[in-house]
Amino acid sequence: MNATVARLTARSLLGRRRALLLLLLPAVLLALSGVARALAGTEEDLAVGLLGGFALGTLVPLLGLIAGTGAIGPEIDDGSIVYVLAKPLDRHSIVVTKLLVAVAVVTALGAVPTFAAGVLLTGTAGTLAVAFGLAAAVAGIAYCALFVLLAVVTRNAVVVGLLYALVWETLIGQFVPGAQALSIQQWALAIADEVVGSRAGQLGVTSAVGLPAGVVLLLAVTLGATWYAGRRLRTIRLTSEV
Amino acid sequence: MTTVSIEQVSCWFGNVVAVNDVTMTIGPGVTGLLGPNGAGKSTLIHMMGGLLAPSSGSVTLDGETIWRNEDVYRRIGLVPEREAMYDIVTGWQFVLANARLHRLPDPESAARRALETVEMTGAQDRGIATYSKGMKQRVKMATALVHDPPVLLLDEPFNGMDPRQRLQLMDLLRDMGRQGRTVLFSSHILEEVEQIATDIQVMVAGRHAASGDFREIRRLMTERPHQYTIRSDDDRTLASAIMAEASVSGVQLDPGQRSTGHGGRSGSGGLHVQALDFAAFVRVLPRLARRHGIRLYEVSPADESLESVFTYLVSR
Repeated sequence: MNATVARLTARSLLGRRRALLLLLLPAVLLALSGVARALAGTEEDLAVGLLGGFALGTLVPLLGLIAGTGAIGPEIDDGSIVYVLAKPLDRHSIVVTKLLVAVAVVTALGAVPTFAAGVLLTGTAGTLAVAFGLAAAVAGIAYCALFVLLAVVTRNAVVVGLLYALVWETLIGQFVPGAQALSIQQWALAIADEVVGSRAGQLGVTSAVGLPAGVVLLLAVTLGATWYAGRRLRTIRLTSEV
Repeated sequence: MTTVSIEQVSCWFGNVVAVNDVTMTIGPGVTGLLGPNGAGKSTLIHMMGGLLAPSSGSVTLDGETIWRNEDVYRRIGLVPEREAMYDIVTGWQFVLANARLHRLPDPESAARRALETVEMTGAQDRGIATYSKGMKQRVKMATALVHDPPVLLLDEPFNGMDPRQRLQLMDLLRDMGRQGRTVLFSSHILEEVEQIATDIQVMVAGRHAASGDFREIRRLMTERPHQYTIRSDDDRTLASAIMAEASVSGVQLDPGQRSTGHGGRSGSGGLHVQALDFAAFVRVLPRLARRHGIRLYEVSPADESLESVFTYLVSR
């Protein structure tokens, strides 16, 4: 962890219009939750639908995509990362620092609002709010790690990330059961499933994978992507100019 | 004494060979890396700066491999050509961040000293986004100088600078060279290079075309055959007169569009002249024209592009 890299990353990430975009998504979640609570009261089914479908299924992957790719992608694209790379700094520490900044953003704007929405929808800081808040937090970490790696290995990280988060997880995952096993969302749902406990099936908080598989896959993706991003950053080609 | 050594280095991107079997040594003093656009200068500097792996050969700093060796940045200051910086911060914050990234014991003093060196203290509290191109260039210099490195690599540092800033940077680089630092800068402008560089390395089309003292390279460039396009009111007469001169090796009459010159004389589409002795030819041409009563409409060098000059050097 390098404090200077973290400060520069945070300022780039939260500067200009990106901060507004990042704030817009949790604001929509909280507004929807407020409206649902006002119109339908404390409906658990509705809460699961909103928290699972919108918060975990859309808000967290999109935030992970914006924060994960935004933490390093623009600097690689415009070449300004050369000022960080031309320093005696370990490349893994650069990646870990940028990942931590992205995770902090997704936790603050994804996991915390998910928990808050859960409280708003159920009327209590009970199991559902904690389950989805926790699932959003761990999913956010894995998404960030994956998208930081994508930003290091490809200039089309946002497009590839969108294809994964929205097309693979949301669209294909709905119709192809096997695809769900390769979904960060499903791995995080396994944790929510465990927290909710015996009522999980009844409430529809179910995952395509079991808890051990979910935890192992989340850890594998997070650690593997972070390690590989550091390795690739060591040999990154910044220019094709001759 | 710090030396950057490039040994039989080639670098290619797919099918494009950017640098082809280059060997050179950059020692203390100011070295100019000269060549037209696309000659491979940036690629070479990227390899010397550890930002690009050579496809073959080795690039070392005092015998230590530069590629994948983050420790060399304690001794290298790099000024990239690309303008992008962290525009969201001020000049002071950016240079200070660079000092901190180097883990200097007193980053504030180092940042202040670097900004003073490039004369940017007056604008240091403005956002980088508001800087002119020249100011950005000077802040880039400050980031490269902040850790007082023995080696300074600058990719086209004079781009975008106004004449005063250019002179100031030239003085700065000369001082750095006098202090015994190894300073390498790239440029495609010969005059820039010859004003400050004690040593020149010339790159053409990815190859190392020439190296050594700039006076020798300048002489080679000046003494090469020069080509001119000339238009007059009597090209045919002028052609025969020019051909009699020893300083000229060939004259071609361009039929072009025939025109009638003054006094009913016949012009043509112009003359293409190849002069062996550039200095003698430019002295004799006006005398010839006066002697034969010919009015010159146009005398223009036809091959003054850097590419043609450098290509001539390579062919020697």
